[in-house]
Amino acid sequence: MNQVASKMTETQQETIVEVDGIAMRYEGGVQALKGVDLKIPAGQLTSFLGPSGCGKTTLLKIIAGLLAPTEGEVRIRGKKVTGPGPDRAFVFQDFALMPWATVIRNVAFGLELRGTPKEQRDEIARKYIAEVGLAGFENSYPHELSGGMRQRVGLARALAVDADILMMDEPFASVDEQTRRKFQEDMLELLAKEKKTVIFVTHSIEEAVYVSDQVVLLARRPGKVHRIIETQIDRSKSPDEIRRDQNYLDYVDDIWAVLKTYLQ
Amino acid sequence: MKLFGKQIPLVYSLVLWAAAWELVGRFAGLEVIPPLSAVVMAGAEMVPTDKFQNAMAITADAYFKGLFMSVAFGIPLGFAMGVSKVIDRLIGTWVNIFVSAPLTAVVPVFMVILGIGQATVIASVFLFSIWAIVLDTRAGVKHVNPSLPEMAYFFGASRWQVFYRIYLLAALPEVLAGIRLGLIRAVKGVVIGQLLIAVMGIGELFELYSSNFLFKEFWALLLMVFAFAFATSEVVGLVEKRIDFYARAR
Repeated sequence: MNQVASKMTETQQETIVEVDGIAMRYEGGVQALKGVDLKIPAGQLTSFLGPSGCGKTTLLKIIAGLLAPTEGEVRIRGKKVTGPGPDRAFVFQDFALMPWATVIRNVAFGLELRGTPKEQRDEIARKYIAEVGLAGFENSYPHELSGGMRQRVGLARALAVDADILMMDEPFASVDEQTRRKFQEDMLELLAKEKKTVIFVTHSIEEAVYVSDQVVLLARRPGKVHRIIETQIDRSKSPDEIRRDQNYLDYVDDIWAVLKTYLQ
Repeated sequence: MKLFGKQIPLVYSLVLWAAAWELVGRFAGLEVIPPLSAVVMAGAEMVPTDKFQNAMAITADAYFKGLFMSVAFGIPLGFAMGVSKVIDRLIGTWVNIFVSAPLTAVVPVFMVILGIGQATVIASVFLFSIWAIVLDTRAGVKHVNPSLPEMAYFFGASRWQVFYRIYLLAALPEVLAGIRLGLIRAVKGVVIGQLLIAVMGIGELFELYSSNFLFKEFWALLLMVFAFAFATSEVVGLVEKRIDFYARAR
């Protein structure tokens, strides 16, 4: 059928996040997740992909420590997650920027809460503002920026706390298509430099294949891991070449074939 | 405002009404409506008198004490209602009753409980002003984008930090709007409280002037009360303008 037969992930790399038997039932009886087991390798980009209602954001928030699962546990480097921690940073779908604070204060917010002295946190914030391409906008307010720029602020804030694990909840969902492509490219470039473990939630197949090393396909009602596909795409190529790459296109088709079965 | 194709500043409408008052006062021959100029003169004579200044002092005392209590209790109450569904259900009905009820009718009850004196006036200021503050604060908190507190919590904020660094600032535009309404309603409260007691502050003066047909003084006092209510609300309006940039952008 397809040359690039997907295979189950073998844990050759060091596992950083371990999801063990997670089930999530919301008040009112909605079963969002059931029996989710997953190992996320360190230093790689893993994305959760699935139709709306498959619980991918719920799973991400459980790993983040923002939601407590009804069953099972998440371990990070063997330690059970009981709440948010300095080892994780989060990029929110709707940016979650404080409208009364300037870009630099928003970016430095995580450090401010940790009690980093002002001078030091401003210096770090400036560095990441420049890295996400917003130098010169330090003293702007969020409402003066476009959607794409706001999400760059959200990314800079997450990078500024220097966590090992960067979690992103559909970070490009509220950003227009052109901005989204440019942003994806910039993000990959930046992440290659930062060497972080990234967990990425998306409902776009192309995005999942383009940005990740492994794609976790989630089925819905109840949400569970359907399949894990390791993408082997040569990242040394230019973004445009990747988007025309036969491997890339095959993965997209493969995943679409799987997702289609959920929709029936 | 445009007239004959020319832009006319709004202040002229005030001038126009003042002129109309002056003319009616001069030529209509109604004792109840003296000319505006006479009212202003009476006001100027009235202000330096001891009687007036004592009345103002005691009124201001009741006004600010009552208002302070409204803010001190109203904001936390509104927050509690905005954050907790249980508290909202528990007191929501009562707040809505009080905000629209004819509160003047309740003031005599205070007189029975608190006696005929300053305490009753303070209670009446409180009763008139608190509900707008509660409801607006509640609306402000409900309006807060839920991912902001989630974000703060995620980056390590304590409950208290989430409250004062996120909720308080995010709801500030509504809280200020509530305080502005509260200021105006508090003026109503202080005047009605004192009028019903009729032996205190500007309420006593109103009573004195109207029962003795001293309409110039009566109008002068009324204008001053209006001006005060307008000025205090404008002061809060200035603060509101400063945070307007994010109130609209949320």
